[in-house]
Amino acid sequence: MSAVVSREAVVNTLLALLLLAVPIAASAAGEPFYVTLATRIAVLALAAVGLNIALGLGGLVSFGHAAFFGLGGYAAGILATHAFNAEPLFFGLPGTTSMPVIWLVAILVCGLVALPIGAISLRTTGVYFIMITLAFAQMIYYFAVSWPAYGGEDGLSIYVRNAFPGVNTAQPLPYFLLCYGVLMLVLLLFWLIGGSRFGTALQAARQNPVRLAAVGIAPFRIRLVAFVLSAMVTGLAGALFADLNRFVSPSMLSWHMSGELIVLIILGGKGRLFGPLAGAMLYVLFEYALGGITERWQFFLGLILLGVVLFARGGLLGLLAGKARHG
Amino acid sequence: MSIALLIEQLLNGLQLGVMLFLMAAGLTLIFGVMGLINLAHGSLYMVGAFACAAVAAATGSFWIGLVASLVAAAAAGAIVEVAVIRKLYERDHLDQVLATFALILIFSEGTRWLFGSFPLYLDIPPLLQGAVPLPGGGRYQLYRLAIIGVGIVVAIGLYLLISRTRLGMRIRAGESDREMIAALGVDIRTLYTVVFALGAALAGLAGALVGALQSVQVGMGEPVLILAFVVIVIGGIGSIKGALLGAILVGVVDTMGRFLLPKALALAMPAAQAGLIGGALASMLIYLVMAVILAVRPSGLFAAQS
Repeated sequence: MSAVVSREAVVNTLLALLLLAVPIAASAAGEPFYVTLATRIAVLALAAVGLNIALGLGGLVSFGHAAFFGLGGYAAGILATHAFNAEPLFFGLPGTTSMPVIWLVAILVCGLVALPIGAISLRTTGVYFIMITLAFAQMIYYFAVSWPAYGGEDGLSIYVRNAFPGVNTAQPLPYFLLCYGVLMLVLLLFWLIGGSRFGTALQAARQNPVRLAAVGIAPFRIRLVAFVLSAMVTGLAGALFADLNRFVSPSMLSWHMSGELIVLIILGGKGRLFGPLAGAMLYVLFEYALGGITERWQFFLGLILLGVVLFARGGLLGLLAGKARHG
Repeated sequence: MSIALLIEQLLNGLQLGVMLFLMAAGLTLIFGVMGLINLAHGSLYMVGAFACAAVAAATGSFWIGLVASLVAAAAAGAIVEVAVIRKLYERDHLDQVLATFALILIFSEGTRWLFGSFPLYLDIPPLLQGAVPLPGGGRYQLYRLAIIGVGIVVAIGLYLLISRTRLGMRIRAGESDREMIAALGVDIRTLYTVVFALGAALAGLAGALVGALQSVQVGMGEPVLILAFVVIVIGGIGSIKGALLGAILVGVVDTMGRFLLPKALALAMPAAQAGLIGGALASMLIYLVMAVILAVRPSGLFAAQS
């Protein structure tokens, strides 16, 4: 058992170092494009780590996490736009271009939205849960499309990347390092959650909710906390993603995005600490490599995904580091 | 607001509902019998629309196109079932979601490959062109009335198929106990393929019928797919009756919401603002209805399975 654990730890460390080393080398070689690609990997991985709390640990297949990803993005976009135009927000509060404030707002908004969505959705299970989370995300998507104040269907541009104290975020490498730092912190958080009393209860709620209830822990509350936490992390990733592209649009809220987040987790390995990172690396590289070869890359991406689901259960980490310790 | 306009909007809602029923019936049947959640159902709808548009353009006949849409969608359904879906019945919903999501990518990009990125157009057949007078003075497109008629015929046909025929008996048996029906000597694998192809054909029919009202393009199935999911979740997954009532409810609520909400808000605020807020609220309305129904009845209105 311990050999397997250490093998996974080695693979994880290598993945983390690889993601750090490539952009630094690329930046030194004067190839900022690869730095942006690595930032994209880090931010998508962060969003998927968020979903992994609900999906991997809790077994809650949320097909609506794009809602939180997009809300986080819109939090960044809206605050920056108000600051840029020097227009106050609601109640006369000013906008801001300070990333820590934006992140806080994104996290809070997503938590507040996830609370009622989770409370209603978690009354259902199985397919119903998948569908109702999808429906809530669609509701927010259509609202964003039809509400013209912040660009509606056309989206919203962030003219200058928001600022973080002491970091020159306009440069690709410092912004990558910032995103990388956030990802590592959140992975640490995920690891702590997985080993905590709460995390154990959450995994027990996935494996056998009746037994969990029998020992006096209500699965509903555990799951709701997990869902809200998960939404908060994905929302934070959304804010970073908006700043990466300096653009936010309803496509961040679309159900394709929700699907992609699930894909990242499955590609990497469900419920595993570094699954989302491995998945995001693989996905962005597929996208980049296939996109370079053929215009029809989505066709081949579909085939590869199908192959992974049908034949390579356990994802990339399953291949590299052996089976997960418990299913 | 005249009575005729109101009737017209109600009929539009009914037409949307009937179309959603054609989609939802297949989805709910496939879930009820095989326990499979099929995101690629919207792709089969698209296949039907493209087959109809291409064949109608080649032969000049909408009706041959309509037959082609049924054949193409059923064939695509059967092929996909044998090649991919069959391996997913024993898997959890997560794998099913993911594999059928991959199928959407393949179908969408494949169709774009074959037909290019430009939308195709499909004309309403001459027989069904024109309008009929409505009580109250308006006129209504004959073609839309015909769609409603097709939906009613399909609903009755499905009811008879499932409650009166041997195939229907096997489908019902498959829903309640698949091991037992297999033990009784029914070829369950073929039965599953037939059910999947039947659902696919209905989706293809819906695509072809709607293709004459909208443009036929890649991605046209996705908004309909999500509405169809809302329908089966409201109606109760696995229940054809639930799918019918859910579809009509969703169709009418969505259409009337878009029509009435801006008007209702205009009583309390300036018209331009009412239009904006009303439009935004209306686009969220069916999801709100779904959330309320699921909050009260977590397994839908007519749950067939526990």
